[in-house]
This record gives sequence, C-alpha cells and structure tokens, in this order.
Amino acid sequence: MQWLDDTRAFMRRDQVFDIVRPVASSGRVDTRHGPILYLEDVTVSFDGFRALDALTLYIDDGELRCIIGPNGAGKSTMMDVITGRTRPDNGGAWFGQRLDLLRMDETEIAQAGIGRKFQKPTVFPRHRVVENLELAMAGPRGVWSALTARLDRSTRERIDEVLEEIGLADQGRALAGQLSHGQKQWLEIGMLLMQNPRVLLVDEPVAGMTHQEMDRTAELLTRLAGRHSVVVVEHDMEFVRSIARKVTVLHQGSVLAEGSMEEVQSDPRVIEVYLGE
Amino acid sequence: MTVKMTPSGSATDLIPLAAHRRILHGDLGGKILLGLMAALIVVVPILNLAVPSDSPMHISTYAVTLMGRYLCFALLALSLDLVWGYCGILSLGHGAFFALGGYAMGMYLMRQIGDRGVYGDPVLPDFMVFLGWEELPWYWLGFDQFWFAALMVLAVPGTLGFVFGWLAFRSRVTGVYLSIISQAMTYALMLAFFRNEMGFGGNNGLTDFKDILGFSISAPSTRVALFVASALALALSYLICRAIVRSRLGRVVTAVRDAEPRTRSIGYRTDRYKVWVWTVSAMLAGLAGALYVPQVGIINPSEFSPLNSIEAVVWVAVGGRGTLFGAALGGALVNYAQTLLTAWLAELWLFVLGGLFVAVTLFFPRGLVGLLRRREGS
Amino acid sequence: MRINVGYWRFIGMILATLLIGAPALAQQPDADAEFAEQVAALNARSFDEKAAAAQAIADSGHPRASTVLQALIDSRLYFRVSGGDVVLAEPTDGGFALTDPVTGKEAGTATQYEVRRVVINNAIRGQVRDLIARAGLTSADAEVRRDAVRQLLSNPDPAVAEQVATLIKDEPKADIRRDMALVLGLSRLGSGDPAERLRALDALRGSLADRVRNQVRELAANDPDERVRQQAGAMLSNIEDKRQLWGLAEQVFFGLSMGSVLMLAAFGLAITFGVMGVINMAHGELIMIGAYTTYVVQLLMPNHIDYSIMVAIPAAFLVAGAFGVAIERGVIRFLYGRPLETLLATFGLSLILQQLVRTVFSPLNRQVSSPAWMSGSIEVNAAFSLTLNRLYVIAFALLVFFALLAIFKRTTLGLRVRAVSQNRAMARAVGVSSSRIDSLTFGLGAGVAGLAGVALSQLTNVGPNLGQGYIVDSFLVVVFGGVGNLWGTLVGGLSLGVLNKFLEPQTGAVLAKVLVLVFIILFIQKRPQGLFPQRGRAASEG
Repeated sequence: MQWLDDTRAFMRRDQVFDIVRPVASSGRVDTRHGPILYLEDVTVSFDGFRALDALTLYIDDGELRCIIGPNGAGKSTMMDVITGRTRPDNGGAWFGQRLDLLRMDETEIAQAGIGRKFQKPTVFPRHRVVENLELAMAGPRGVWSALTARLDRSTRERIDEVLEEIGLADQGRALAGQLSHGQKQWLEIGMLLMQNPRVLLVDEPVAGMTHQEMDRTAELLTRLAGRHSVVVVEHDMEFVRSIARKVTVLHQGSVLAEGSMEEVQSDPRVIEVYLGE
Repeated sequence: MTVKMTPSGSATDLIPLAAHRRILHGDLGGKILLGLMAALIVVVPILNLAVPSDSPMHISTYAVTLMGRYLCFALLALSLDLVWGYCGILSLGHGAFFALGGYAMGMYLMRQIGDRGVYGDPVLPDFMVFLGWEELPWYWLGFDQFWFAALMVLAVPGTLGFVFGWLAFRSRVTGVYLSIISQAMTYALMLAFFRNEMGFGGNNGLTDFKDILGFSISAPSTRVALFVASALALALSYLICRAIVRSRLGRVVTAVRDAEPRTRSIGYRTDRYKVWVWTVSAMLAGLAGALYVPQVGIINPSEFSPLNSIEAVVWVAVGGRGTLFGAALGGALVNYAQTLLTAWLAELWLFVLGGLFVAVTLFFPRGLVGLLRRREGS
Repeated sequence: MRINVGYWRFIGMILATLLIGAPALAQQPDADAEFAEQVAALNARSFDEKAAAAQAIADSGHPRASTVLQALIDSRLYFRVSGGDVVLAEPTDGGFALTDPVTGKEAGTATQYEVRRVVINNAIRGQVRDLIARAGLTSADAEVRRDAVRQLLSNPDPAVAEQVATLIKDEPKADIRRDMALVLGLSRLGSGDPAERLRALDALRGSLADRVRNQVRELAANDPDERVRQQAGAMLSNIEDKRQLWGLAEQVFFGLSMGSVLMLAAFGLAITFGVMGVINMAHGELIMIGAYTTYVVQLLMPNHIDYSIMVAIPAAFLVAGAFGVAIERGVIRFLYGRPLETLLATFGLSLILQQLVRTVFSPLNRQVSSPAWMSGSIEVNAAFSLTLNRLYVIAFALLVFFALLAIFKRTTLGLRVRAVSQNRAMARAVGVSSSRIDSLTFGLGAGVAGLAGVALSQLTNVGPNLGQGYIVDSFLVVVFGGVGNLWGTLVGGLSLGVLNKFLEPQTGAVLAKVLVLVFIILFIQKRPQGLFPQRGRAASEG
C-alpha cells in the first residue's frame, strides 16, 4: 500500500513541494524567523537500531541550549547529522531558512558556520598550539590560498587573543600532542573560537576538567551565547545547571522534554528515564 | 624583511610569514644537501673533463653516470617523501610516475635517432617497422620536439596522478587500501606496457638512443651535463618541496596526515589537498625518470614493476621519513649499497633489502636522520 | 572432510581393479593359444585364407585383435623367414624391433633379411578395415564400443556406417546409441536422395558436434535441393546459438575455477587482514611455500603420486602455518596498530622468503604432477566439458570455505578470535590471551594460504614468484567482497574470476586484468566498504 500512502501524501493540502522550496547550499544564513537550526523528523538507523527516531528540534539564533539524555539517547548522532557526518534516512535539517544541511557535505557545513568540538578532544598532535589555531582560523580554505597564505598583523593578534582566552599563552610553542587532557579541551575550544562559527556544537566540554576549569568553561560558553548559538551536550548535571537556560532531554532518539532546568527536572517522564535512577 | 609586527617572544613567530621567506630557516639538513649539490656541480665536471684520466683525482665517466643515477633515485625518494612523510599517503606505485616520465623522455630520444636505426626509417622507430606499422601513432606526434617532450615529462605523470588521486581521495580511499590500489596501478601499467600493441616497444622498451638536443648521448661531456642537470633538478625540487611544507598548505597536509577527519571538520576539503600534493609529487617523480633514462640508455616496462616502487619506499624509510633531505640521502645511499653488494655477492642483495625493510620498521622507524638526531640530542 | 573426496575415489579405483582384473586374468591362457593360431594363419598362401584368418581374429574378441588387424593394414605385420611366426615389426636403424602380436611383449630384433612383410591385397584391406570398426562396435566392452564409435565420428567410413544402422537397435548404452545415431545421420547426409538427407538432418537435430556443424554448414551453403538448404540453414543457426550458450557455460566454469583459486588465495588474507587488520604482504609467499611443500612431498614419495597430495594438504597447512606463526611472533606483533609499517616489514619478509626459495631450490620453475584421478574431464556435450582438476579445485575451495566458516562460528577459537578482533582490551579483561589468539589466527590464515598453494601447484608450475601475482588479486578480492567477511570473499572471488574470464576473449588476458583493476577502483568509488559492508556506528566512525 506504499503507493496509497504516497498518493495521500501527495494530495495533502498543506504539502510543500520540493520544487517551490528555496534551494541553496551556500549563501548567507537566514534567521529572520528566529531559529538558526531546524531538525525535523530526523530518523537515523544502524542495522535496525534507531539512533534517532523522528527527532524534531529547533535552536534559536544566539541561544545557549543544553542537551542531556542517557547513553544511547542519540546525542552524538544528532551532532553527526548536523555536521554532515551521518546522512539521515529520513527528515530534514536546515541551517537557517535557506541552507539545506542534507545537501551539503562536511566541509561545506563547516565553512558555512557550524563548528564542532568533539567528545574526545582531537587536536593536531604534531602541530604546535599556535599552528592548531592558525589552521582553524576562519578564512578561505582553498589549496592555492593555503599555498600563498600569509599571516598578517590582525590574524596574529587574533591568535594571541585566543591564546590568552583559553589560558594557553605560555604553551603556544608546545606541540599540541604534549598538552594535558584538559588543555587539549581548551585548545579545541580555542580552535572553535578561531573558526568564528554561527553555531557551536560542543560535545562534553568539561570531561576531565577541574572545578576551576569548569567554571571558566561555563563562563566562556555563557559569554559566547548571544554572539553565537551554542549547543552543549553534557553529562555533568551540575555543569548543565550552572549554564542552562533551556534544556532538551533526548530519550531513545527523540525529544522527551524541553524547557528550563526546573521544568525538566520536575517532569515525571524525565525523572523516570533519567534523573530518577 | 618586514617590520616586526608582534610583541617579541610571541609564539606566532613560529609560523612563517609566507612560504617563500626564509625557506631554509632551521633546516640544517637541507642546507647541507644544497651545499653538497653545489659542490658536485662544480667539482665533478672538473674532475671528469679537466683532470687527465691517469690522475688519481680523475672521476671516470662511468662513475659520473652512476652518480647521476643515484641523484635521480634521490629525487624519486624526495617526491615520495612529500606524499608519505608529510601527507601520510604510502604510495606503492610511484615507480609508475617515474617510468612514465622516463618513457616521455625515451620517446623524444627515439625520435632523435631518425634514419640511423637498423631499418633506416626516417620517422618510425625500429620496433614499429619491425611490427609492420605504417605510420606513427598519434600519441608519438610532437615528441621530436624537446620542449614538447619536456612538457610531457611533467604532464603525463601529473595527469595520471591527478586522475588517480581524484578517484581515490574523493572516495576516501586511505591507508593500506590506497597503498594496495597504487600498487595495482603500477602493476596494471606494467602489464599494459608489455604489450606490443601499446606502441611503446613492448618487452624491449625504448633503447639504442643516439643523441639528445644534438649532442651524442655517450659523449663524456653530455654525461657530465646530464649529471649536472640531475643535481640541479634535485636541488630545485628540494626547494619546491621545502616551500610547500613550510606554507600553510604544508601544515594543512600534515594535519591531514595526523587527523584527517578533524581537518575536514574544520572545513578543509582534504581530498583536494591530497590530490594537489599527490599530483606535484607525481610530476617530480616523472622528472626523476626523465633524467634517469638518458643516463642509463634504456627504458622498459620492468621499470613499472611493483618491486621498484616499494624499493623507493624503503629508501625513504632508511633515510628518514618526513625530513625531505633524509629521503634524498636514503635514495642515494641505498642504491650505492646495492651497487657495492651486487658486485660482491648478487644473491645476497635481496636478503639485505628484505632485512632493511624489517629492520627499519622495527628498530629505526625514523631512519638515519632519526639516529643522527638522537645522537645529537643525547 | 577435505580428504574424503579423493579418498573414496581412490578406494573405488582399487575395488574396480580387483573386480574387473581378476576374471580377465583367469581366462587368458586358453584364449591366447587360440588367438595365436589365428594370427599364425594370417601368413597363409592364398588371399582367401588370409581373409578367413582376419575374419577369425575379428570374431575372437581378443583384446589385441584390433591391434593386430590395424598392424596388418598399416603394413607393420611381418613373418620370420625361418619358422614363419607372425610378428609386429617397427623399423629401426638397420633392422626391425619385433613385438609378439599375441602378448604384446618385446620379441627381440631382426635384420631386414630375417623378416618379410605379410602381403595383402586391396580387397582384404577394405575388409579388415570394416572388421576393425565392427570388432570395436561389437565388442562386449562398452568402453571399446564407445571408442570405436568416436573413431567413426572423426574418421567416417560409409561402409561401416551402414552396419551401425543394425547395431544401434541392440546397443544398451544410451550415450553410445546417441553417438551411433550421429554416425548414421552424418553418413546419410551424403545420400543422393534429398528426402533421405532431410531425414538425416532431422536425426542430427540437437547435436553440437564439430563434424555435424561443418557438414550442416556445407549443406546450407551448397546443397542442390532448396528444402535441404533451408532446413540446414535453420539448423545451423540453432547449432550456433546453442554452442554459444554452452561456450558461455564454459566461460562461467573457467571463471568459477579461476575464482576459486582467487578465493582460496584470498581466504587467508580475509583472516589476517579482515579479522586481525594485519596487512601481510608476505601472504603470496606463504602460498608459494604451500606449493613448494606439495612439490617436496611429491619428491619424498615418488612412487605414490596419487596419494602424495593427500599428504601434501595437511603438510602444506602445517608448514605455511608454522611460517605464519613465526612471522607473527617475530615481526608483526611489534607492529599492531601501525598498518603501513606492517606492510613494509612483511614486504621485506616476502623478499627474503623468495630469495630463500631461490637459494634452496633454484630460480627455475618446478613441475608438480597431478594424481591420475585428477586428470581427465567430464564431457557434458560436444561443446562443453568440465576438466576434473578444475572441478576439484572448485570443490576444494568450497570445502575450505565451509571449514573456515565452521571454525569461526562453532569453535571456541573462533569465538575468541572474534572477541579479540572486536575489542582487544575487553577480550583480555575477560581472560582471553590475546597474544596467543593473534598467533593462532595468523597461523590459521597462513595455513589456509598454504592450502591455496597446494591447489595452485595442480594448475601451474611452482616457482619462487608464484605468490607474487596473487597478492594484489587477493587484496582486491577481500576489498571487493568487504573486509572481515568470509561470504564477501567467496562472492568477491568467484565474481572477479568470472568477470575476468568473460573479458579475456574480447580483450586478451592482460587487458582483462587491467580492466578488472580499473573496475574495482571504480567500484570502490561507489561502495567504499565493498559488496558486504559491515554496517553500524562503529564502521562509520572508522
């Protein structure tokens, strides 16, 4: 009865046909309607296991959003879909009104302004800290421009500034592979800052950090919100509580609850699957 | 120099302003290599041409040619190090680019024979007359001009490198898979070039060259000139490679080597970078082959043999991967050792070569340069 | 399991010899005496007597009857001047080498003055020719009859062919009857009566034999009768179509057999590379070691070629396996997680092994002879026959496949191997000795490579470079089929083999290989994970 369903879908009166959708895989991000990220009905399955199940999620421009959920709730898969690493089986993902993320590849998405910090810190271990920052710096990414690239005054200053900000001013010459785990986390955040993206996806930023470092991270992320949209996936509830304005709870690949930390914490379903254990 | 723009002691000083500035800065090995090349260019012609042959200082033309060959191998090793040492692509098929460059040069040399061949045909090379061909295949046209052949020496390996790289890197064939496929590439080319119908002389390849640019190819002065050309090519290629690895492109490429997915995730099209470096490397390998052929006087399909390509890998590993000058050193040294050993005990050479593979990977992963540096450090 | 195929066949052979051979031995003396008299009678004075003697010989049904008669018409039958015994004589330098016509044993030599030829005329010659054919056709031994009919098919003789018309009714064997009908049909195609020719065409319908095709083609082009030409034309295109179809089947068969060699070569790699992630460039040399083991085993038991392969199979497995374990312990275990270094080190090993074989044996190729029961072929029809050694290789490859499948799915070793390959740390934590498992797995992969060597030694000569050609191919099979998947290796190997064989006639062997390479490179563009990708998050992160 597939054809029947298809026909029915086709006859739907509120149907928006692909041909009239604005098609773009480049250009400016259009956020006039508020949200900067649209995930609609996104489904991803691996060998029958549904990592994301009709997930629908909107992130507003300049918002700081925390996403929590038990292991296997689909948090990392969601980030993979947004950054183009995983193609969903179904659904749509838009960056602003006009950029269809599903039609863009990983590099296009990164260049369009979505930056990501990975769960496991990955820096370039055999490059110096400054070189890591230089590589992440926003700008042309072409081969020829890289061959002829020069480092002008403003970018040098920008690198120095970020070095200060992430507290690695003294480690600038060190090889990134020699940094401690926490320092690598900072370096990665620094690389995100150099990228200067519209949306920052931050996966477990405080894992392996001391309390002081956590506080600094919290401060940094809240400061970034407003200029950037920040999406934080985190397990550490204390940290989430310290920064969260709006929290989304994922469970089994779809949104279980959304709201302020207090609302979410008092939601009986959330207590059952996550907080209550 | 530019005016100092950042506060003194800033770490950003470490990043070169631009690739072409201070290209040999902090590169002791490179300076030695270039110095050595300069010395060879001056000394060898004098010792060969000006010093009488009964003098102990005299270098025989045979030795000059032999050294010229080592320089070609050093250049091949250099090109391989650019992709392997800096981009992490282990090519087991660089011999193919070398051989293609060699064939392009060989075709020019064949056309130069003119009517002095056995069959005396003014246009067709001997093997074509022998096969009963009526006219020159289209892809042999133009090779009577040196400039055209010189262009093809770079263009043919470059094009193959580009197409191969584009296909392989775009679909993210990496690591061991890429190595195997590159080996398959050179293997396939070897099989193809063995066929007479290909029009490259089949089994026997191209040989019996007479002269190059109007000079007799066996004359000592021509030999010396070829040697000097090889030394110049090596020096120039070294500077090119060095400029590449010192540029931001070089840093992107090493980032690809160490963490390709991460490089992609900050917005670099890593496949394009890899194709670019791969193509440049292929052209350098082609140049090495083109200089090699007039010095040995023959090019045949066995140059495509997978063993040749993988031997080149071991030169790089012995010299020191990711150092450029170390690779060049390895290319020359291992071949010198081979010349010595095969003269002494031919059977032993393959044992030694096989042992080198194992020893270098197990005990000296950083090669000779690594050993020297460790001694220096301790 | 592996051994059974050859083993039962071997037992069968012995039984057959005993059953058939024994009664024959008992009968011999009597029959020989009578036969000797008949042969002696060939040296009679008159042609009539000679003709009668020839008739008697033909009727005797003695196993050497046709040999003697053939010698008679070939002028190789002589008699001694002194004594008048009839002998078979082959001219040599300055005389003749003699053979006893009855026993077939050597009977010394003679000068040209000591023997004289048994003279016959043309009438006897014709009669004897018929007799030979008829003797064959009427022999009690089905094998002899089959040969005689085949003989007639390739050397038609109109006179004998007419006898076939009567014999065909009593022939018990269906396949011989079929061949007889062909002989009959072919001879009647030459008939002067167009209706007869048409009937003959009808009778030949369905045959694909070369001779039939040639004759029918001849008729289709030149027959004076329009209807005959038309029917022959229709039949010709039918025959061509069918032959093409069977030609296709033959290509598939060749492809499958080539594919099974590829598959065998690739299984070991599927284990070491697919399961352990170790790239072993010395894999080809392990195959070569297996082949040389077969060669050595054969040297050690020169009088038992038929069994030697049964010894060679386990021996090759063990020898190659031992080399594998040594390689793993000595080199590879220091290089886990560094695939490119492993590749280089094992390449060095492959050079050393090759040179070792060159030093120990010789750089020249060695011939390994196949056991008798592996030669020959099963003929399906005139256009298509299955050679036995290829069939055995296919069967052997499948056996190895199922054995491996069983090892991985059913044994604790398999369980542990899978555990280690999926999560080394976790496996160690639950008490699996991962380093021991690594050795065993690698040894298993190497042993299977040795088995591939045994199979290869039956198809080609054995030389130091034997394995080299297979390393790239087997990697392609593994990559094509999907890494870490034995079924993928099976399908990958077979399909690449068939593809190769289908390309070969159009393009030549070399170009076919090149095209297959290009095909795989393009294929990996579309499906980087091979035919049977391992799906899931783990795979996509890799």
